[in-house]
Amino acid sequence: MSHINDWDWNTGKKILADINQWRKQFGWVEEPYASPNGESVAAIVKVDEMSFSVCENGEAWDNSFDKIWFLRYGPDNRAAGLVSDTAMWTVAVSGEPWKNWFEFVWDAKFGIHEGHITTAAQKNMEYFAVTDDQPWENGFYNLSHLAASPSGRSAAAVVQTKPINEGDIAAFQKGCFTVAVNGSPWQHEFLNAWEISFDSEEKHVAAEVRMNLNDYTIVVDGQPWNQRFSSVWQPVFNPADGSVTAPVRVAGGWTMARNGEIIWNSRLLQLWHHIYSMNGSRIAAVASPKFGRWTLAIDDVPWALTFKDLVTDPVFSPDGRHAACAGKTDGKWTVAVDGIAWNEAYDMVWPPIFSPDGKNVAAKTEKNGIYRIIVNGQPIKIDFKTLWNPIFSPKGDKLLIRGVGTVEDEGKYIRIIMSLAETLK
Amino acid sequence: MKTPAEATDEQIIDRGIEDGAAKLTQDKVKRVVQKMLAAEGGARLKTYIETCAHCGLCSEACHFYISNDKDPAYSPAGKIKQTIGEIVKKRGNVSVDFIKTACEISFTECNLCRRCVMYCPFGIDAAYMMLFMRRICHKLGVVPQYIQDTAHSHSATLNQMWVKEDEWIDTLHWQEEEARDEIPGLRIPIEKEGADIFYSVIGPEPKFRAQLIYQAAVIMHAAGVDWTMPATPGWDNSDMCMYTGDVEMMARLKKVHFETAMRLKTKRIVMGECGHAFRSVHDVGNRYLGWKMAPLPVIHAIEFFYELLRDRKIRIKKKFQKPVTFHDPCNIVRGRGLHEKARYVIHQTCKAFIEMHPNREHNYCCSAGGGVINCGPPFRKKRVTGNRVKADQLEAVKAKGAEIVIAPCHNCHGGLEDIIKHYELGMELKFLGDIIYECMEKE
Ligand code: SF4
Ligand code: SF4
Repeated sequence: MSHINDWDWNTGKKILADINQWRKQFGWVEEPYASPNGESVAAIVKVDEMSFSVCENGEAWDNSFDKIWFLRYGPDNRAAGLVSDTAMWTVAVSGEPWKNWFEFVWDAKFGIHEGHITTAAQKNMEYFAVTDDQPWENGFYNLSHLAASPSGRSAAAVVQTKPINEGDIAAFQKGCFTVAVNGSPWQHEFLNAWEISFDSEEKHVAAEVRMNLNDYTIVVDGQPWNQRFSSVWQPVFNPADGSVTAPVRVAGGWTMARNGEIIWNSRLLQLWHHIYSMNGSRIAAVASPKFGRWTLAIDDVPWALTFKDLVTDPVFSPDGRHAACAGKTDGKWTVAVDGIAWNEAYDMVWPPIFSPDGKNVAAKTEKNGIYRIIVNGQPIKIDFKTLWNPIFSPKGDKLLIRGVGTVEDEGKYIRIIMSLAETLK
Repeated sequence: MKTPAEATDEQIIDRGIEDGAAKLTQDKVKRVVQKMLAAEGGARLKTYIETCAHCGLCSEACHFYISNDKDPAYSPAGKIKQTIGEIVKKRGNVSVDFIKTACEISFTECNLCRRCVMYCPFGIDAAYMMLFMRRICHKLGVVPQYIQDTAHSHSATLNQMWVKEDEWIDTLHWQEEEARDEIPGLRIPIEKEGADIFYSVIGPEPKFRAQLIYQAAVIMHAAGVDWTMPATPGWDNSDMCMYTGDVEMMARLKKVHFETAMRLKTKRIVMGECGHAFRSVHDVGNRYLGWKMAPLPVIHAIEFFYELLRDRKIRIKKKFQKPVTFHDPCNIVRGRGLHEKARYVIHQTCKAFIEMHPNREHNYCCSAGGGVINCGPPFRKKRVTGNRVKADQLEAVKAKGAEIVIAPCHNCHGGLEDIIKHYELGMELKFLGDIIYECMEKE
């Protein structure tokens, strides 16, 4: 397990690969992916008429496959892809396929902190999840909404436990779906279950469900809340006390509920994607206080700043004192921090990222096809053709930038460590 | 006035309606309706009901009315009177049998096509009224079986056709492989973050019409478009829940669709040739969620093809030779005004174009729209005989030489196919994508 402290944080630039060169070598090169520590870059390449591999820092994996898709790096800086050989599928990590093969694999997930991999799989028309090459013991009629626990060691998914014949609306309305955690289904079935969340200790699971055609609620470890709502969105566990909150729709609009009880006074036109500060004391959520306006609501108080089109990617600073999000008005994106928008607008912005001390915010942006990192609203004046999200050093004094360059670095994958003081000059 | 059941040759038995009604009592009907009227029956409903002068100007606008020998039971105002009008008048004190009839009328005798709205001096929206009736039916659990099953599929799989996640991705792989036989460098880029275009389709494409995904991939490839399709739910832009009155589920579907496009950080959604999905994504579902417009631009295939041809991104090798006519789908013509762009695409790609009449925003619905075709076989005959006027339209244009009917909408295809067969018109149906694919330079 690679830890962010162990990464090379010496300031400077490394050119690690020439992707244009890969194009000459392989002919077929798909879009590249960079490892979190920035030391590796990989892309799916064609090595033979009918065979594909992954080129990492200029070297193709030893193994090749009939097909590869969904190449991604895990938090442990290993590249994994979904691979097929003679019509069977599995996960290959750094080129090594798992021992078990399936009729199909998809929706691969990494734990946030560790490199455990979970994927959805189907074999003999049975649906299940596989974590680190270990398939669930139980298979189901269908599986969706796969979720990995924070470490990635556990997985949960919505599963169909009974068959539904075509047009059998009565069977469906009796409830054929539930949540399975590491293969074990909850006792009760529901009409539907959707988004799933794990608690931080990976002991509890909550999900949104529909009890009958009109009543929605949240289920925690198989037990529905007593209250019913006309709709709900994804529940989240409070990291401090383990209580569960979810946006719920009541007469008058959307609001926040904890363990079934309404805790916010606001009734909003929309409320979703709520997050907790690390100590569990604050909640931020994307909200629409009035028709066609979007903002962040923090602990029941919407920002005065609103956006017309959209608000996404809410985030708290690690100390929970600050909050940021991406917002869009009239087709142009920017970042807002504590209710104040950056001056510049972009064609696209990616999730804003706080420095560990919460004082600085960085985001990947794109304008007219040129990608740049913006810190506190100021651009770092290096243009990229492809760029990944920036990462702050553990002390917050440096920034890791990973991208494919332009001009003299055209087509080259570069890794830059910049001191923040330098970027803010 | 004839009841709808009398108007057809035989009594239609629909399990969704019968079994749902069997669980009701008049008292429950009253309670649910009164709650609904209090919660959602606002000024719009009241104004429409109070304003209708029963002048009948809307009648001639409705294909059901004209095709059923001008039976007033099929006029827009007549349908309102027999359903939500009566419910409001009696404040929900109606029988279970009344609900069954009102369900059948609102779900299977109105396409929500909004043609009649244009002819009403007060702009009364019969489609809104029928949708309100359907919403009550949903709350009562009385919904035709086939469309309810589709709504169940939407809720469970987030697509219309019970397509499982692996089946969806496998279809994309399969179409990519097939297309590579024709064009070796072609790719269907799955989950490509940051692509310009998020291409979404409706459930029936992977299920029955996978060649449309193939054709779209060829068009994208030739035009050099930076595009992607997701490997997660959210790929299906369709929405029968909008039509069953299950607006909460409609909202969930649209949220997933938009958020999938946003998760992939795409700039615009391009949708395949579907009308109702466009209504849901561009007008109804987005607004229900709180967006005035769609949170990112939504481009119907017609507009997209128009752009590609106008900007010379795709070139036509040889124009389509057989004479064509064009059916204007309600949701993208009355709903969005794409009729001239569609004609531009036709003129660029086809040698001979013959207009049917009336056309553009005055065109008659295919009678499949508004979820009517999704109510399934029990109502097929009624749907087809209820649109004789469309057959007359097609016959007239056939007499002028048209051999091909272009309809850039899946539902219209379903509806027109049944009409062409029933009235033995011998015409062939095509999507704009079929024509472009056939006539374009591919490399
Ligand atoms: S089918 Fe169309 S014209 Fe007829 S009542 Fe319904 S919306 Fe009006
Ligand atoms: S045209 Fe308008 S006012 Fe006249 S009957 Fe029809 S809905 Fe009523």
